[in-house]
Amino acid sequence: MSKRIALVGMPNTGKSTLFNRLTGAGAKVGNWPGLTVELLSAKLLLGDGMVELVDLPGLHNLHGFSEDERVARRFVETQPLNGILVVLNTTQLERQLALVLQMKSLGLPMFLALNMADEAKHRGIRVRTEHLEAQLGMPVRLISAKHGQGVPELKQALTAWLREHPQTTHASAIALTEDDVIEDTLNDILSDSLHIPICLSPTRTDRVDQWLLHPWLGIPLFLLIMLAVFQVVYGIGAPLQEGLGWLLDEVKTLWLAPLVAGLPAWASSFLLEGLYDGVGTVMSFLPIIVAFFLAMAVVEDSGYLARAAFLMDALMARLGLDGRAFVMQLMGFGCNVPAMMGTRVMRGRAQRIAAMMMIPFSLCSARLQVFLFFTTAVFSPRAAPWVLFSLYVMSFLLAFLTAWLMRGRTRHALDPLLMELPPYRIPTLAALARQAFRESGHFLSQAGGFIILGVALVWFLTHVPLDVPPASPATLAGQIAAWIEPVFTPLGIDQLLSIALLFGFVAKEVVIGALAVIYGAGGDELSGLLAQRLDWIQAYSFMLFTLIYTPCLSTLATLRSESGSDRVMWASLAWSLGAAWLLSFAFYQTARALFG
Amino acid sequence: MTPPCPLHTLPVGRCGTILSIDAPAELAARMRALGLQPGRRIKVIRRSPFQGPIQVRAGQTDLMIRRAEAAIIQMQPCPEVECV
Ligand SMILES: Nc1nc2c(ncn2[C@@H]2O[C@H](COP(=O)(O)OP(=O)(O)OP(=O)(O)O)[C@@H](O)[C@H]2O)c(=O)[nH]1
Ligand SMILES: [Mg+2]
Repeated sequence: MSKRIALVGMPNTGKSTLFNRLTGAGAKVGNWPGLTVELLSAKLLLGDGMVELVDLPGLHNLHGFSEDERVARRFVETQPLNGILVVLNTTQLERQLALVLQMKSLGLPMFLALNMADEAKHRGIRVRTEHLEAQLGMPVRLISAKHGQGVPELKQALTAWLREHPQTTHASAIALTEDDVIEDTLNDILSDSLHIPICLSPTRTDRVDQWLLHPWLGIPLFLLIMLAVFQVVYGIGAPLQEGLGWLLDEVKTLWLAPLVAGLPAWASSFLLEGLYDGVGTVMSFLPIIVAFFLAMAVVEDSGYLARAAFLMDALMARLGLDGRAFVMQLMGFGCNVPAMMGTRVMRGRAQRIAAMMMIPFSLCSARLQVFLFFTTAVFSPRAAPWVLFSLYVMSFLLAFLTAWLMRGRTRHALDPLLMELPPYRIPTLAALARQAFRESGHFLSQAGGFIILGVALVWFLTHVPLDVPPASPATLAGQIAAWIEPVFTPLGIDQLLSIALLFGFVAKEVVIGALAVIYGAGGDELSGLLAQRLDWIQAYSFMLFTLIYTPCLSTLATLRSESGSDRVMWASLAWSLGAAWLLSFAFYQTARALFG
Repeated sequence: MTPPCPLHTLPVGRCGTILSIDAPAELAARMRALGLQPGRRIKVIRRSPFQGPIQVRAGQTDLMIRRAEAAIIQMQPCPEVECV
């Protein structure tokens, strides 16, 4: 009989951090209440048996009604469990302990982990755990999940506790204890067990916030921070990418070319110009992508996202949304799929749908690869960062426009916004290393999976029939391109590029790989070819279209499953495709007329 | 003693005790979970411009709350000297 424990607690108390620490799993951690919106489970060895630990989204109380809270509540109410491991933030014990008292009415064995002991100590907050244990009737341990203090002892205590509760049980139907009763008990318990110093000096967070949340400087500083982050990513990533590109080229000419020399022409073309160039060119983005996700992790873990929500809420409220929708837009910079799921923290359905319709315009890391490649190939080094920046601006403008168009449904019933502004925190190096490792793994498995497939398919389309020049009008790809040409010619997008866009519909990671195969050149060679064939107007038009015309199939699938509605998905698709075509058209024709 | 006033009119840096919250049950429960309930003393830390949200401190927790929701919280302002 396998044992199972659920991790429960208020948002942002460190459940996922503890989950990772205990199981070695890679749950996403961030200083943003409501980061986890789904169940995640992993096994750990306690004593001599394996135990399944389940990380749940945070909940404020057992009456919670947002989608993420419902996920957590449904799980503890319906699944057989050996017990609940409650994780609280020790520094906020005075308000969070109420959740423990509420949960006692579930009738499940409970264990209380008081997390963030390091912060509590720093603030001079003291807890008498033996008192708490006696009064609550459950084991209590003080830990720091982030730094590891108290975790070995926690494991031992959990083992002993599980021995006492070998059978899984179901929660009893909730008979919620009256909140007033809880309040009285709570005050009794706290007066005995918790010591908070009366005079709290201004913290580091207060001092930083004086600047970052400054009424007039806040938003300019936000923009500066964003720019700085991109400069750092670019500054670290670009040279590494060049180096890797060079290395891949060398390997190709020195080793691989002689190796495949004996094969028939089509086979060596498939291996070298197809698979190797295609996948290799995509692979050269690995350093930049890792640098990018590391920067994202630092921002997410710092607590600045909650400040961004605070700063942008006034604007978003006028669009019928709230600051959280803006933060999801930022999270979408990494990948649109988790950002879409992150909207679960919103309660109002109309607002959630509007937020989800905005997210596909968020410039995700896959699109970033395409833009990095094009801007460095076609624009001067001075202009390139600004071109890239303008695409981020476009991404926000389109998202805002989407919200504005939908404001009729959302604005009359604004969801109340109440959110914690957590203190600033600095991620540990170990956590960052884990993040980098996970993102590289993700990227490599994609490169090894569907990117290989996509690239192989592109090679097939551009080389069959074998007796005509590759990517010429007589090939399969040429025929498809001729067929869709009327759509793309007014945008200045030629036949070869349009083939890449067709594949980009599935996932943007394939675009650069597809181009490498179509042009029969990888890395630097491909950049050179693009610079020859395209002027800046065509290149920008292509990038605009790529930005807007839909993120990828998985985002659409997520939109459908999260909204539970096919109509929302089709509406989003139609809106993206329409907007992409119209904007590229308007840009291309205007720029041609003005600049020739 | 200063007369009671709703939270959104309390000046920055001022603290006060919550007298009553006129919210539907679900919202009231969420407010309580975040530390806003009658009897608690809270402090206004800052307001954002353009009618944006307000940052308040309830015990060890900093919260952002919209002006509309702050308007339904009745406060008894503390005498100014007591504000720390
Ligand atoms: N100082 C300190 N910070 C911690 C500790 N444990 C977690 N954190 C930080 O607290 C923040 C929240 O951690 P998470 O593990 O994402 O919290 P969670 O409970 O899973 O949050 P939700 O998924 O939003 O409910 C992160 O920035 C962590 O680095 C700790 O023991 N000490
Ligand atoms: Mg979590």
